[in-house]
Amino acid sequence: MNKKQKKVFVRIIITAVLMIVFSQLPIEGWLRLALFLIPYLVIGYDILKKAFKGILNRQVFDENFLMAVATIGAIVLGSYTEGVAVMLFYQIGELFQSYAVGKSRRNISELMDIRPDYANIERDGKLEKVDPDEVEIGTIIVVQPGEKVPIDGIVAEGSTTLNTSALTGESLPREVTVGDEVVSGCINMTGVLKIETTKEFGESTVSKILDLVENSSSKKSKSENFISKFARYYTPAVCYGALALAVLPPVVRMLILGLTPEWGDWIYRALTFLVISCPCALVISIPLSFFAGIGGASREGVLVKGSNYLETLAQTKYVVFDKTGTMTQGVFEVSGVHHNKMEEEKLLEYAALAESASSHPISKSLQRAYGKAIDRSRVTDVEEISGNGVTAKVDGVPVAAGNAKLMERLGIDYQECHHVGTIVHMAVNGEYAGHILISDILKPNAKAAIQSLKHAGITKTVMLTGDAKNVAEQVAKELDISEVYSELLPADKVTKVEELLQQKGEKEKLAFVGDGINDAPVLSRADIGIAMGALGSDAAIEAADVVLMDDDPLKIAKAIKISRKCLRIVYENIYFAIGIKVLCLILGALGIANMWLAIFADVGVMVLAVLNAIRALFVKKL
Amino acid sequence: MKKTYKIDVDCANCANKMEEAAKNTAGVKDAVVNFMTLKMTVEFEEGKEPKEVMQEVLKNCKKVEDDCEIFL
Repeated sequence: MNKKQKKVFVRIIITAVLMIVFSQLPIEGWLRLALFLIPYLVIGYDILKKAFKGILNRQVFDENFLMAVATIGAIVLGSYTEGVAVMLFYQIGELFQSYAVGKSRRNISELMDIRPDYANIERDGKLEKVDPDEVEIGTIIVVQPGEKVPIDGIVAEGSTTLNTSALTGESLPREVTVGDEVVSGCINMTGVLKIETTKEFGESTVSKILDLVENSSSKKSKSENFISKFARYYTPAVCYGALALAVLPPVVRMLILGLTPEWGDWIYRALTFLVISCPCALVISIPLSFFAGIGGASREGVLVKGSNYLETLAQTKYVVFDKTGTMTQGVFEVSGVHHNKMEEEKLLEYAALAESASSHPISKSLQRAYGKAIDRSRVTDVEEISGNGVTAKVDGVPVAAGNAKLMERLGIDYQECHHVGTIVHMAVNGEYAGHILISDILKPNAKAAIQSLKHAGITKTVMLTGDAKNVAEQVAKELDISEVYSELLPADKVTKVEELLQQKGEKEKLAFVGDGINDAPVLSRADIGIAMGALGSDAAIEAADVVLMDDDPLKIAKAIKISRKCLRIVYENIYFAIGIKVLCLILGALGIANMWLAIFADVGVMVLAVLNAIRALFVKKL
Repeated sequence: MKKTYKIDVDCANCANKMEEAAKNTAGVKDAVVNFMTLKMTVEFEEGKEPKEVMQEVLKNCKKVEDDCEIFL
């Protein structure tokens, strides 16, 4: 609790004690009033002051005014205890609210506590801590084990394991060594690193993410706008209702029905009206739910750029994917060796060595599949035939590695491959030795991701790709994706998404998931753009509405589930708070509800709504 | 031009009122108050001096909610 809250807390204790003691005393008349005014003023002086100032500023209908009128009214009617109690519970409610909001604000900021406080710079052999804001591009900074990487850069010296969990929500460690890029916000776990910075602090990943999350609740959702509009009409409406309730029925009773007016009774009912009228439960719990939802999501490595996007995400029914980099890894790997006469490993060794001079992705994947260090001295007479492949001598044995054209050119019989992917035919010593199949492999969670999306009620999954038809269809079949469009240029993707947007219903939303590299136009055209694998990619963070920090496609369903949970809580709170208030208003008008019930309708509902809102923070198990 | 200011205010409804007051101040194109992060983002109209406009914003906010503060 801060100082302001402590002060209120002390006032609450004093008032509660005085109120209980005084209500037991057998004193009547003016003395009793004088006694009760002590706790009343102790607890309510600031409310009265604010109400008075409000009137001066012509801001009559605020909750201070309501509370002042209701409590003064109660005291005038002789319900001293209730008058003090209403003020007391109102203050308890306010205290709880400010405590709960402050606490969740701190909780969420702690979750996002990835802001590095300093950077180490080596000067004259000594480490010096400096403000990361002052570090210029190209400076060498030192990061010791246990410290956060403060600024994006490239490893200049040393190697280590980095913990990226603060950014991605995954605790899978990442190995880096000289020449690798490192992003700020990771925690250095094992060795000392020297990093040459490539960005300023303000432009570094960690600053961008913090900025994004902190500003995300500024983009307000429809529900939030609804609530602020509602509050604007609700309070005055209830105030006029209260006035009518205090005046009309007694007048009607007196003049038309000829009964006693019972002013006291009706004014008491009107006062309960005023107590119920504060819209705080709604006004606080809705933004708090969104804030907690966004905070919880960011802890899972899902950054949502605004409450409005969280709302759209919850209504998503169509999910459209890009293939390469989203569902597949976008790196090519050897997925099979066929028709080989010699051992697989031997063939791979020949292939890797023959292609060792090339920097083509295919040769890289051959080298990865071989898995051992390449001894270039074993390779001689390398000849690269552009568009065909390579011929070379490995340990003196002539080897040819390339496509069908190369085999035809060399006059070697080869066997076609019926699998999908890039084929490297091999000839050793002038004879066909089999072929190696290289293909883009699916992400390990891709299949599970589609299933969990279907489970989450997504009605249609569509895959768009620039790849060949047979590749696309095989992937779609394997993943159980309902529709697939292949051989699309980037512009065609936009057109396809527009077609799909036309097909869907008004309330159904379409999400596009891409890796953010060349699908920025599609990301912005869809109802909601989700970029994945965004760690270190500024373009993706800029273009998308929702950013998945790592490249696990399972997070798509997770993001949707988080948004649904958050929106469910929002609606629960709206219905619950409005429902209880309306019910209590009716009961109050009929004279069934007394001031105590009114206090529950105000403070109790708010406490429950705030507690419910905080639930949106817990999304780990979704 | 957009600027962000730190604010202090106790209740969410009061934050809404501040937002409304700021929006209705001359020279302010748009204003958003974020109660959760206690920040006010103000977009100024072309050619207006933020410092002068913010004085007015603060005055108007004080009118609707006495217990608020904008750290200029």
